[in-house]
Amino acid sequence: MTVLVFLIPAALFLALLGLGAFIWTVKSGQYDDLEGAKWRIFLGDDEDDNIPGG
Amino acid sequence: MSVAKIDDRGCPTMGGPTAMHGAGADPSAFVIEDDGVAHLDLLVRGARCAGCIGKIEGGVNAIPGVVSSALNLSTGKLSVDWAMGGTDPALITRTVSDLGYQVSPYDPGEAQSERDHQGRFLLLCMAVSGFAAMNIMLFSVSVWAGFSGEMQDSTRSLFHWVSALIALPAAAFAGQPFFRPAFASLRKAKANMDVPISLAVLLALAVSLYETMVGGQDTYFDAAVMLLFFLLIGRWLDHRLRGQTRLAARELLALQATSANLLQSDGAVKAVQAREIEPGDMLILWPGDRAPVDGLIVEGASDVDMALVSGESAPELVGAGQSIRAGMVNLTDKLVLRASARTEDSLLADLTRLVEAGETARGRFVKLADKAAQAYVPIVHSLAALSFAGWLLAGAGMHQAVLIAAAVLIITCPCALGLAAPAVQIVAVGRLFKRGVLVKAGDALERLAIVDTVLLDKTGTLTQGKPYLLNAAQIAPEDLQLAALLARSSRHPLSRAIADLAGPGPVAPDAKETPGCGVEGVIDGVRVRLGRADWAGAPKGEDETSGLWLVIEGKAPLHFAFEDALRPDAAQLVAGLKARGLAVQMLSGDREIPAKAAAAQAGIDAISFGLTPQEKIRRVEALVAEGKQVLMIGDGLNDAPALAAANVSISPASAADASQAAADMVLQSAALVPVLAAIDLSKAARGRILQNFLLAAGYNVLAVPLAVFGMVTPMIAAIAMSASSIVVTLNALRPFLRKNTL
Repeated sequence: MTVLVFLIPAALFLALLGLGAFIWTVKSGQYDDLEGAKWRIFLGDDEDDNIPGG
Repeated sequence: MSVAKIDDRGCPTMGGPTAMHGAGADPSAFVIEDDGVAHLDLLVRGARCAGCIGKIEGGVNAIPGVVSSALNLSTGKLSVDWAMGGTDPALITRTVSDLGYQVSPYDPGEAQSERDHQGRFLLLCMAVSGFAAMNIMLFSVSVWAGFSGEMQDSTRSLFHWVSALIALPAAAFAGQPFFRPAFASLRKAKANMDVPISLAVLLALAVSLYETMVGGQDTYFDAAVMLLFFLLIGRWLDHRLRGQTRLAARELLALQATSANLLQSDGAVKAVQAREIEPGDMLILWPGDRAPVDGLIVEGASDVDMALVSGESAPELVGAGQSIRAGMVNLTDKLVLRASARTEDSLLADLTRLVEAGETARGRFVKLADKAAQAYVPIVHSLAALSFAGWLLAGAGMHQAVLIAAAVLIITCPCALGLAAPAVQIVAVGRLFKRGVLVKAGDALERLAIVDTVLLDKTGTLTQGKPYLLNAAQIAPEDLQLAALLARSSRHPLSRAIADLAGPGPVAPDAKETPGCGVEGVIDGVRVRLGRADWAGAPKGEDETSGLWLVIEGKAPLHFAFEDALRPDAAQLVAGLKARGLAVQMLSGDREIPAKAAAAQAGIDAISFGLTPQEKIRRVEALVAEGKQVLMIGDGLNDAPALAAANVSISPASAADASQAAADMVLQSAALVPVLAAIDLSKAARGRILQNFLLAAGYNVLAVPLAVFGMVTPMIAAIAMSASSIVVTLNALRPFLRKNTL
């Protein structure tokens, strides 16, 4: 059972990484415009893009 | 009010004349400078798809000097950065309004505080509790799996300690949205839903920590944190539902954050923020500008849109010596105005205050979930206290009695109740949006479901709100085109109607407008006048006052007759409302004859006419005082206070900004019948919420006896809790109505 000494901290560390990543996405404002995000996939970065219905 | 055309998706299209107000406003007073970079926040209305983002950002980025622009589609905020002095801020607003979108500057102070801090905090709490719940469950499942004795006591104790290490800090952070209101309400000696939640979480944690320290078998760390996680999902949904209301409040503020053209003593014109205007300041009001403050006209004469006061769109001619009120729109000619009041003392601010007062009164509406909580909290607390006392009396030890009381609190904790209403409402709001109704507050659906009286405004609500040419069949196309050459140069509603009918085309180069009279010009060497009968030179007749006359030198005068036509589905709406057993009344600011004619066509029997905005509020308040549940449907700026005073309110897509802000729901297209869909769906949603409460109550009836008699283990608590929350959520997602019923 001594393996738990490594496994538990390892599992918790990985989970904390996930939590940290989520907190980063919140803080960097990635949830501030949920409406716009779903439409922006239609906008290409290139100049002559075809906007549907634009 | 916008003149821009709307396509079938609800997006403005190019080609229409620029939006009337705001287009001429100079936003330079709202620019923030920082380290050589200029920043401007604008509120853009009407953007709702990828095409809109592409057009607006593309258009603004194409302005030389602009470094970046970003449009937030959820809030309508457009942030633009450019190198100081690189471009003229007025060019940015003009670009956006030329694309067909209404645009107004954000007050920088408001823009800073507008960030949704609470939403972010709830999201963080949800993430932390979710992380903690999942990781603690990892240990709890191991402990439960080793229950038959495969797990040594020391291992179990280690797992409990690790769980405690995760649960305690996580609950201390993620529990804040519950602990704070619970503490606040206890200090006021009242118990809301947060009290049993906080008590359950804190008691469960305390009991579990004690168990861990003495090496006991059962801990509730997983249950306590999972409880927080489920409840935070409900809170977050609820918060998102209320987001639209916050947006509305900001739009009202943005309406006041206008700029004005100040005429300085040396004759120079300077753009200033409207709230900096002092009484006595001289202001220039160009055609298309909205008066920022009440004032007296010292120079010029022009037609002015008085919709703010009367709700009727027919403009009035005003000249030097007459006063106009804040919010009125100048239509034809330049006016010089001496301010007689500051913005906060002007009519627009008064209306805003009335709207706010109405919204505060509406805040006293008791939501279904709160009603349930009021009945629920005392029962739960006495149950927990009774089982504690009962077990003590039956001879159980203190330790066991506390453990059982904690189990009762955890099992009865209103996870499902907290999810029951917001889960249904967020689904209903999404469905209604697809049917063309934007719902701004979740509880508006609850209020709409119990409505028994419907009040309708006439102009702009039952009717199109703009004049429509009656005798189009009798006018030759070449005469219409000739009239349009003159009409396109004018902002007068009747001219606009002719220009709209004739379609895009050229403008007579020397067209000259005489306020209150008409437009004249020389076309192909012939003098042509379009305007009032006596001015244009038409013969005196019966209908000389109504409509326009086209007088071409050397030809017989031609009459253009107008009427504000009923919306095509107005009668269908009234019939539908009556079929649902609702009392329908019309409140109009218009004169008796047109009001009665419109009511007869729409099929309304009870009408009032000639009402001022104040009288409209009094009508609404009198009905509310009688105990009626009033739905108000209106569009004018003058309707805004009445919209706010009613129990629930709806405004059409064409409504003034302030009315859309004051209304609970905004129709997204020109059709009125979606109101019926909203009523039906709100009733279905109310039924579904009650059903969810019943499910939650049924779960308690099953689980509570187990808890009271000490048969609940941490595993049963965890399963029961998640099962009830999932059942309630699935029930909310079930289709509301059969597809063909709406």
